[in-house]
Amino acid sequence: MSSAFPAMKILQPLSTTRSPEKPLFDLLKSPSSFLGSASKLRFNAQKPSPSSSYSSSCHRPSTIVAVSDVVKEKKTLKSNSSLSNLLITKEEGLELYEDMVLGRAFEDMCAQMYYRGKMFGFVHLYNGQEAVSTGFIKLLKQEDYVCSTYRDHVHALSKGVPARAVMSELFGKTTGCCRGQGGSMHMFSKEHNLLGGFAFIGEGIPVATGAAFTSKYRREVLKEAGCDSVTLAFFGDGTCNNGQFFECLNMAALWKLPIVFVVENNLWAIGMSHLRATSDPEIWKKGPAFGMPGVHVDGMDVLKVREVAKEAIARARRGEGPTLVECETYRFRGHSLADPDELRDPAEKARYSARDPITALKKYMIENNLVNEAELKAIERRIDEVIEDAVEFGDKSPLPSRSQLLENVFADPKGFGIGPDGKYRCEDPKFTEGTAHV
Amino acid sequence: MAVMLQGVVATAALSSSAAFDSKGAQLPTVKFLLERKGGFLVDRSDRRLAVFASNARAQGVVATAALSSSAAFDSKGAQLPTVKFLLERKGGFLVDRSDRRLAVFASNARARSASRLVTNAVAAKTDKSTASAASKIGGHEILLFEALREGLEEEMDRDPRVCVMGEDVGHYGGSYKATKGLAKKYGDLRVLDTPIAENSFTGMAVGAAMTGLRPIVEGMNMGFLLLAFNQISNNCGMLHYTSGGQFKIPIVIRGPGGVGRQLGAEHSQRLESYFQSIPGIQMVACSTPYNAKGLMKAAIRSENPVILFEHVLLYNLKEKIPDEEYVLSLEEAEMVRPGEHITILTYSRMRYHVMQAAKTLVNKGYDPEVIDIRSLKPFDLYTIGNSVKKTHRVLIVEECMRTGGIGASLTAAINENFHDYLDAPIACLSSQDVPTPYAGTLEEWTVVQPAQIVTAVEQLCQ
Repeated sequence: MSSAFPAMKILQPLSTTRSPEKPLFDLLKSPSSFLGSASKLRFNAQKPSPSSSYSSSCHRPSTIVAVSDVVKEKKTLKSNSSLSNLLITKEEGLELYEDMVLGRAFEDMCAQMYYRGKMFGFVHLYNGQEAVSTGFIKLLKQEDYVCSTYRDHVHALSKGVPARAVMSELFGKTTGCCRGQGGSMHMFSKEHNLLGGFAFIGEGIPVATGAAFTSKYRREVLKEAGCDSVTLAFFGDGTCNNGQFFECLNMAALWKLPIVFVVENNLWAIGMSHLRATSDPEIWKKGPAFGMPGVHVDGMDVLKVREVAKEAIARARRGEGPTLVECETYRFRGHSLADPDELRDPAEKARYSARDPITALKKYMIENNLVNEAELKAIERRIDEVIEDAVEFGDKSPLPSRSQLLENVFADPKGFGIGPDGKYRCEDPKFTEGTAHV
Repeated sequence: MAVMLQGVVATAALSSSAAFDSKGAQLPTVKFLLERKGGFLVDRSDRRLAVFASNARAQGVVATAALSSSAAFDSKGAQLPTVKFLLERKGGFLVDRSDRRLAVFASNARARSASRLVTNAVAAKTDKSTASAASKIGGHEILLFEALREGLEEEMDRDPRVCVMGEDVGHYGGSYKATKGLAKKYGDLRVLDTPIAENSFTGMAVGAAMTGLRPIVEGMNMGFLLLAFNQISNNCGMLHYTSGGQFKIPIVIRGPGGVGRQLGAEHSQRLESYFQSIPGIQMVACSTPYNAKGLMKAAIRSENPVILFEHVLLYNLKEKIPDEEYVLSLEEAEMVRPGEHITILTYSRMRYHVMQAAKTLVNKGYDPEVIDIRSLKPFDLYTIGNSVKKTHRVLIVEECMRTGGIGASLTAAINENFHDYLDAPIACLSSQDVPTPYAGTLEEWTVVQPAQIVTAVEQLCQ
């Protein structure tokens, strides 16, 4: 077993002990245990990992179809640590590292700014989950789409939205990516094809499905031969109990839409443990029920995520349809900056902190002689400067003026209607001042 | 010379309050004339009064006349708008006869009606001649659902990004046949049969609209769109704003709603009020084949999200519509029947109840002005305002529920903007705040019936 992945020493939950003969939850044996307390969480480190063939990113019992054999092959490659068989090149490694460090540093700065009263409302930080965002989004092209939830700052950064634009948006300034009108939970970027930023969970999944539908439509109806945009929909474990999730799995598989459903299973929906909310907590299993592969991957390990993502995205690009990828991950901070985070077991937090994806990647790259410390330090310094610059930019940017209030309600402002004087409301000079009566 | 007319309406009073000439003498109003003469119009030699009337139902043709060719004034000394002014607005023409008798024949703004001068009018003859005039112009007869389909097909031909999504819109042709034959013509992806998942396929349409397509979502019944409320309210209405104007959502959401024939409570919902507060969307309601096609085309071409309310009972209305292409304005109201005594604002199916009541009202000597507001959000305050300024009395007749309905909003808007012009409080007839009952008698009492409209007008005009 390669020593390159410290994560491998730690329990891989879910399907390790699973097999058709030995289900994870044997209902006959423990019928009455109501999963009420956190101590019953199955992610306790009591179940050893028996399988030595474990070095894979994909766990699935033989009864359920998952991704192709391409990935199965790759997992044996990973255990060989010779340079030619490494999963990433130096350039790729540095790109991944920089992206994750950017995400982490940005979120830490958000927390600081929030407590200093520079941003308000609900702010949901992504600390600890960087491997999922980086692992997936860094494989995309500019014309691919990303659709997220309220925990969207890092998705925006990974997709290419400048840190300045995101920070400025959080400060509520006009130079923000949404002119200050969206805020933390509504990050959008037409240039980078970031479709949001949604405050209600599950709401973004149909939108992502629609973007995938457009991609298919452009290829098949509009006959744009080169169009093969893929859409990634990110959402959490709580969302997987929502109707829109299931409805979209059905439609995406039915029409073979080029979409990847990425579940960021961090085990907690605010204070609701995933196990207390879900009859069958293994989300990846729900993919095959709809006719698409379901994959489980260690979401604290960016290289594993990347391998799975490569296959899922390629599948979608080839027109073979959607994939459901469940990333087991964890958020180091509370649900939002307003969450006291008292329910989670400190031991659980500590266990996942030890699997910090940034530390893991750093260790991998150094042990495999891809980079040296100095190069990584240089990246960290550069990122610090980017963040400082972003904050400064946000501070100096102007607040929105009154005239901005009504500008974007309608794409066609004739929608405000005709006033008593016979003119369209939007022709009223007071309209742009934001003082018009509509 | 007495001009004999077959039984119906004369419109003439430029103001329902007394009109005076420049010497301060009160001009006789038509209402007065009618009361005296029992429904026939008389050309009084001292005033050279010539009045034409037409049956209010006939292709919307209307006659207006001046009571005096000199200027008329109201009791405050303000000049009343003359017929000439009215005609300029309406696009008819004015003929000044040498004996100072004005013979006027105005037609409403609709393209196909020809303006014709009729000097010796007998209503029946008038109808026939204008009818034949219209048919000579061209046009084709069509049912409302076919008109919707025609509009849809024209737009799909014009722009390949226009697509339809909904339950049974494809192979089945739409449960009200609004998309019949389209799937064969355009394929299964452009006319998409969706699974029964309103919230998700509406959201999918939003995502498609954001990324470049122009989808039309059909709710098999408007009531089903309640399941899509999350996507309509949060995403359709909001995303253009919260994205800072980066993404537009040129989506059309349409479907049949309203009270049908004993369809039961859930299939007989009137959802205009539920959606009207959502910022960022427009709502229109069609009522005739002509405006159905025009509004459908306008909604598809609009960059804003538009909800198009159709009515289950109006799909089989037949009308002749122009052959040439036309698009109506989403924000404008439609003048159905100009009048002088009272403004009746209505939309969708209630338009027909109002017009039926109008026949009775006209027989009783009233002259209602009927406006189909068409644009439920935003209101066309110009057309409505001009009408209020003319008649000073407003009756709103709607199928929406009383509480928080379109009528409630309209009442507030008129009160705010035109309070000074009102001679009476605004009356609003809405359907009852009940889930539509199944039993036929109860269902009939749920919606506003023509008799109630007549009573309300009589009360308002006292």
